[in-house]
Amino acid sequence: MKNKYGKITLDGLIFSNPTFMLVLGTCPTLGLISSATSAAGMGLTVVVILTLSNMLISLLRKIVPNEVRIPCYIVIIATLVTLARMILEKFVPDLYDSLGGFLALIVVNCIILGRAEAFANKHTVLESAVDGLANGFGFTLALTVMGIICEFLGSGSIFGLKIMSFTIGMFATPAGSFIVYGLSIAVFTYIIDTFQRARRVKANVLTRESLANNAPETKADVQDGAKEANV
Amino acid sequence: MSTFIAIILAAVLTNNFITVKTYGICPFLGVSKKTSSALGMGVAVTLVMVIATAVTYPLYNYVMKTAWWDFQFLEIILFIFIIASLVQMLEKIIQKVSPSLYKAMGIYLPLITTNCAVLGVCELVIGDMSTILKGAAMNTGWAILYALFAGIGFTLVMVIMSGLREKLQCVKVSKSLAGFPISMITAAFICMAFTVFTYIV
Repeated sequence: MKNKYGKITLDGLIFSNPTFMLVLGTCPTLGLISSATSAAGMGLTVVVILTLSNMLISLLRKIVPNEVRIPCYIVIIATLVTLARMILEKFVPDLYDSLGGFLALIVVNCIILGRAEAFANKHTVLESAVDGLANGFGFTLALTVMGIICEFLGSGSIFGLKIMSFTIGMFATPAGSFIVYGLSIAVFTYIIDTFQRARRVKANVLTRESLANNAPETKADVQDGAKEANV
Repeated sequence: MSTFIAIILAAVLTNNFITVKTYGICPFLGVSKKTSSALGMGVAVTLVMVIATAVTYPLYNYVMKTAWWDFQFLEIILFIFIIASLVQMLEKIIQKVSPSLYKAMGIYLPLITTNCAVLGVCELVIGDMSTILKGAAMNTGWAILYALFAGIGFTLVMVIMSGLREKLQCVKVSKSLAGFPISMITAAFICMAFTVFTYIV
């Protein structure tokens, strides 16, 4: 039971990370990573909306007819985004200004509709909530890391805190965001590939050892099986 | 006339949807492997952007803003519904009127509903456009013109990118860079090239 939630969490955070492994929701990523604060703000907004939409869609999965499910999901997501927009405008006006047009565009963010379609309409409410949190935080972590790199190189600061006077102007524009995003995907997939290859090699060694140890036994088993078949 | 030129320059070059605003990156990275499919996708997106703006801008300005009951806060829900139904309608009309065009463009149409560029242009034209208009008042005509040329700018960058990616297929790339990473680094160079245009306005 515990293992299942662990697997969902690990999948969302690392093995099928929406930003690095699946390359979904690229528009807000590229538009906002020139500042770490707005990138993290976007990520946290998506965490809240994704978790709530996953839970609602999972709750309604037996009521909504299969033919009209996509329009229903879009209404749920658009309502949540409208609410989030009102709340941010009232309580966090700085973040509202820095997100700009991308706040309304969360409606057409592929991650949210993708998780609804691929996960939430087949699983229970609790599983969907865990999946929403894991994927949301996977997105947030990826955006924050890239935001820190871009902001450090582009304006010499981290989360608005000035630490360096030397800056490379390119990293404050979409061109720098594209380069940082592309290289981050390359590094991330390289690390995951190396890790999985190491694990596979380890597994291979284990199976070979176990085969060597169990070889006589298996032979005997086969002979037994053959005898039984003959009888 | 000066507003006309300013809108065209801003929409195609200085405020290009892909290279400056980073809207509509999913089709830009997903459907740019061949020039023919990039062109088809670009034309389809332009068509939907123009029609969607022509419907949502008057609706927002002349109905939602002036209604006795203030329902401007419903803009996101209404706009996404209008775009989704427009795309469905357009698909059926094209299928009926010209099957050959449907064959060339039909597969891209359903993808456009969840494209940031379409909802993005509808949200942009109802927002603050004073930096682009330079004092002139916004109206439906300017909104549609902006949407048309934003779509043309989108198509332009898609076609440039598809040409570069066709060349990239002949190059040997290391395993972890192949696919998305190398396309993004290519896109970065297109963005840098488009930075030059900020000096002409």
